[in-house]
Amino acid sequence: MTEPSPSILDDLELDALTELVNIGVSRAATSLRELVGEQVHLSVPNVSLVDRAEAIAILHGRDEDKLVAVHQVFEGDITGRALLIFPETKSLELVRAVTGGDLSLEDIIELEQEALAETGNIILNGCLSTIANMLKRSLKMSLPEVLRGQAPDFFSLAPPPHPGDVVMLLYINFDVRQRDISGYIAMLMDMPSLAALKLLLREFIERETGVKAE
Amino acid sequence: MTYKILIVDDSKLARMSVAKALTSLRPDWTRLEAANADEALILIEQSPIDIALLDFNMPGRDGLELAAELLAGSPGMPVAVISANHQSEIVARAREVGAIFLTKPITEQALGEFIDEAVGKLEGAAK
Repeated sequence: MTEPSPSILDDLELDALTELVNIGVSRAATSLRELVGEQVHLSVPNVSLVDRAEAIAILHGRDEDKLVAVHQVFEGDITGRALLIFPETKSLELVRAVTGGDLSLEDIIELEQEALAETGNIILNGCLSTIANMLKRSLKMSLPEVLRGQAPDFFSLAPPPHPGDVVMLLYINFDVRQRDISGYIAMLMDMPSLAALKLLLREFIERETGVKAE
Repeated sequence: MTYKILIVDDSKLARMSVAKALTSLRPDWTRLEAANADEALILIEQSPIDIALLDFNMPGRDGLELAAELLAGSPGMPVAVISANHQSEIVARAREVGAIFLTKPITEQALGEFIDEAVGKLEGAAK
């Protein structure tokens, strides 16, 4: 028996992971709809696996430098951190989209932190809990925390990351009440977690398709 | 009576998973697979199908748009749209175009019920 190479996921494993994230985001859209009281459209996420430097470069490449992130740590067979990131200038707009149009600016500013944390929590939990359930593992998730800063700050949170850490990065587009807000979901994992994820994805693929991975 | 069923999903894994369930439910049926709406329409032009299973969330035209198009060409064809996104607006739109909504991940039982209903519908129409 050979150990699978931990560094990369093959096409079918990445496809399976994308499918799990898609299901997670779709479920999150359904939960957000309850919160918002109106249809929420979350677009098809495009999943890529990159290293930290690439993730930072991608985030720098778009939008402004000042970003807001909702951050949650997950622990279990796979350990890492998940972030929902978007430009700081869109933060109030997102809160407005989620809370509806009737609130004054003061109210919105007061609610901002809480609404961001709640929205981030729904989206990140939707993804993480779907991944965990479908891979038949449990993940413990920390409470959401709202961070402000630039891309490099989000990818060097304590405890310090390892050079080999990988980032699962996906573009996400929210469309709520005619407001179109785009951002990213990032999941930062170390190599042992990626190796564990690869094995769990293989088991999942085998269960789903009846085909044993070579 | 065996039928020809089309599976459209941008995820290969999802197509394989539905194919596995179909193989155990109806081993003698013909399966066609497409990764998006355009591919699906090309396949159908070459060989007409009886039943369609469509993922909702796809790049390009989504499963509801494809369902509407298929049903415009073949009214009465059993069509299911599959999604984990079961917001009432999407379920209602599926109903409006004449498709059945199924929740993703699809279970063999839910697929079996849809298939049985589809067969009933096709056999009823053939009489």
